[in-house]
Amino acid sequence: MKILVTLKRIPNPDEPLKFTVGGLDYSSHKWVPNAFDEYAVEAALRLAEKVGAPDRLAEVIVLSICPQGQRQHLIQFLGMGADRAIVVDADEDALDTGTVAKAIAAVYKREGCDLLIAGKLSQDNEGNQIAQRVAGILGAPQACFAATVEWDRGQRALIVSREVDDGVEVKRIPLPAVVSVDLRIVLPTSVQNGATPANHAYKEGARLASLRGITLAKKKPFQVLSLGDLGLGGPANERAVAVKAPPARKAGQIVGSVDDLFDKLTKEAKVL
Amino acid sequence: MSKVLVVLETTASGLRSLSLPGITCGLQVARASGGELHLLILGAAPQAVAQAVAAAGYGAAAVHVLADPALEPFTAEAWADAIVHAARTLGATHIGGTATSSLRDALPRAAAILDAPLLPEVVAVKTGDTFTRPISAGRALLDAQASGSLIFFTARATEFEPPAVGAAVAVQTIASPGLNTRGAQVLSVKKTESARPALTEARIVVSGGRGMGKGENFQILEQLTDMLGGALGASRAATDAGMVPADLQVGQTGKIVAPDLYIAVAISGAIQHLAGMKGSKTIVAINKEKEAPIFQVADYGLVAKWEDALPRLIQLVRAHKSAT
Ligand SMILES: Cc1cc2nc3c(=O)[nH]c(=O)nc-3n(C[C@H](O)[C@H](O)[C@H](O)COP(=O)(O)OP(=O)(O)OC[C@H]3O[C@@H](n4cnc5c(N)ncnc54)[C@H](O)[C@@H]3O)c2cc1C
Ligand SMILES: Nc1ncnc2c1ncn2[C@@H]1O[C@H](COP(=O)(O)O)[C@@H](O)[C@H]1O
Repeated sequence: MKILVTLKRIPNPDEPLKFTVGGLDYSSHKWVPNAFDEYAVEAALRLAEKVGAPDRLAEVIVLSICPQGQRQHLIQFLGMGADRAIVVDADEDALDTGTVAKAIAAVYKREGCDLLIAGKLSQDNEGNQIAQRVAGILGAPQACFAATVEWDRGQRALIVSREVDDGVEVKRIPLPAVVSVDLRIVLPTSVQNGATPANHAYKEGARLASLRGITLAKKKPFQVLSLGDLGLGGPANERAVAVKAPPARKAGQIVGSVDDLFDKLTKEAKVL
Repeated sequence: MSKVLVVLETTASGLRSLSLPGITCGLQVARASGGELHLLILGAAPQAVAQAVAAAGYGAAAVHVLADPALEPFTAEAWADAIVHAARTLGATHIGGTATSSLRDALPRAAAILDAPLLPEVVAVKTGDTFTRPISAGRALLDAQASGSLIFFTARATEFEPPAVGAAVAVQTIASPGLNTRGAQVLSVKKTESARPALTEARIVVSGGRGMGKGENFQILEQLTDMLGGALGASRAATDAGMVPADLQVGQTGKIVAPDLYIAVAISGAIQHLAGMKGSKTIVAINKEKEAPIFQVADYGLVAKWEDALPRLIQLVRAHKSAT
């Protein structure tokens, strides 16, 4: 079993945005891993490992499309426990979403992967479409917005509960397949692989890379590909025309008591 | 001439009301690109709904039906293949619909099969190929331009009013190419049962956060919610802690809401939460910390513990409701 996990670097979402004329200036931003991708790696590692034993049920390969000098996030993921890394050397901000998806699908095929785990959303671009696109290109089944994943190893299938508008859908997909993960995939028992005891409670969230992990990470295989290697290139079919700040809300007021609040809501805002 | 195809969803009782904003966005795209709006209804036997939609017209040139047993229950696999087939049959130049969990799942898949760009979560239509959408948790608005002979979009429901009823149009049938779910199987769908209005459609939303402490404490919020005829919401911290079901989460990764009144109780106001409710007309925040960021977007802020504030608020609202 080979699991491919996609990782995007993003400008730190906790830093304020800097607007320029018609655009955004990220030059002083710290670049950090997209939170959903940290969750994706955590989910892949939970599928791959047998807690309490050295056995590994799957190889975990991390893939990022990013420019040179912006690869620190991959070391962190290797440090968490992924087996090796592949980089497609390109400035992803200059690519369109379709090309990013094609590059991921090409690596998936080249490596003969059984499963792609992507984040549901990149926190900066908020496309919410890469996993679906890759599944479409591959003609593979997909389970997006996953809150839990159970691996049926005997049947080579995944049973995924997906967060949908008014509840939860449980979907069974045969491998090879594509999954995108939502926030709750990192709750203590969200991932089941039939090897780690079902009642094993993981610590909530994505694991941290240990110091030893980081040292080992630097020795793990790290392959760099170009878009040309994957037979891709050509002009983008999306373009940013302008970026601006959303209209500001008018300043509010602090009220002194519940009675004041109620008064304002009935007489001033007239919403009750 | 452009041909804008909007994909609709149905429920047991007819057209899904959340599909309506997508029609309005589609109409705007059709106008901006000098073309026609077409509506597409998919399902196992959606003819009756199609007739009702065709009678309402909504400014469309035609309503198309593609029926196949594989389209129910919803899977992205069968739906994407159906959308691709309809797009090719009709020669669509634009394909879109409301950004629901189903269309967020199926439309990008269809777009990839047709090698077309998709602009997600559109909040405004600038021209036939340039749409505005929020990025970075709603902290910026991007005008993005797509090129090519086919452009996909999803519309953010809170930003488009439902369309007006128009002249009745004909229903046209697209023969199914023979669909399957590519091995995927829906085992169950657990809907959250609630007598309250849907979060995305309620006029009033009352949300609780981590500061509510535990699930039982949400009862007092539910009391206020029901008295106001509103919907209950929550922050991620409250849903992750299991205080309330996950589908009540409001925010960047949860529901996007824009009610007339949003009451945030014991919610700090992280940017990911604000992304889901900043568009509300009037925002009330009740939080015990006066430094809480939620106060920066609140029209009315009350620095208080919910334990102290809510019983009195409920008392006042009850008296007000029985007097009016
Ligand atoms: C990728 C990503 C996506 C996310 N998506 C979302 C999302 O969609 N929606 C979302 O909500 N969050 C989301 N988050 C999480 C978000 O960053 C915050 O962690 C979360 O919103 C915090 O929830 P909270 O305000 O309830 O909890 P806290 O931040 O812990 O705040 C609790 C508040 O309650 C107040 N309080 C405590 N006790 C009382 C009392 N007795 N009376 C009154 N006030 C009290 C405190 O002063 C505090 O302000 C996301 C995070 C990430 C990384
Ligand atoms: N440049 C990239 N490199 C690797 N993975 C990416 C890249 N961009 C997006 N992804 C993956 O696609 C997911 C969804 O991204 P998006 O569709 O842009 O919201 C992310 O969580 C990543 O897993």
